[in-house]
Amino acid sequence: MRGRIAVQEATFDVNAELAALSATGVGGLASFIGVVRGGNGLSALRLEHYPGMTERELARLADAACARWALRGCTIIHRVGRLELGAPIVLVATASAHRADALAATAFLIDQLKTGAPFWKSEEFADGSHRWVAARDADEAAAAAWRQDLPPPPEPL
Amino acid sequence: MHVLYFAWLREKIGLAGEDLTPPPGVVTARELLRHLAARGGGYGAAFANEAVIRCALDQEFVPLDTALGQAVEIAFFPPVTGG
Repeated sequence: MRGRIAVQEATFDVNAELAALSATGVGGLASFIGVVRGGNGLSALRLEHYPGMTERELARLADAACARWALRGCTIIHRVGRLELGAPIVLVATASAHRADALAATAFLIDQLKTGAPFWKSEEFADGSHRWVAARDADEAAAAAWRQDLPPPPEPL
Repeated sequence: MHVLYFAWLREKIGLAGEDLTPPPGVVTARELLRHLAARGGGYGAAFANEAVIRCALDQEFVPLDTALGQAVEIAFFPPVTGG
């Protein structure tokens, strides 16, 4: 069970995606939606990726989640291109018979997405300039924690 | 082989990709990176700090010291920032 993987410019319909996951008669769904965060004069994000490799890495992450937790379904949709403030960037959703599997698998997938798939964000500002986002050590630590079977560290405030 | 550049490497070099044949003596991804850096200009700027360069061989993440072997595609890019 690999699940549904998509990399697209268009937005996604959360209700339709969750309905598709629940159609198999599962016990519960967990989901995470990443959204473009404002501040510091940011006007939009631009996301670039490595076509082909991205889809393969996302499928590999979905397979890893399915191997580790008892999932009935798994959906990863990641947007690319220019995304306005408040726009959804990524949807991770999982379905399982019992809540613990879906909740843990969703947290695992969003942590791995940040460090394990070839996406690059740049920040676009009101004056038209842009700046590439640097990788964060905290994201690497969160992804690595799953490899050591430790709970991920809390997000910095 | 086909060489791809992403994010700020693409911008500094001014190309998304190009085809080249690694010269004799270039065995690993790091050696190819240094061969490209020696072209100077945008290449020199893009590859100035090896510590922030990652690569993929035939669309698999690999360390820079990996041998190119029979790979047909290599990509150089900064650490990823998705999610």
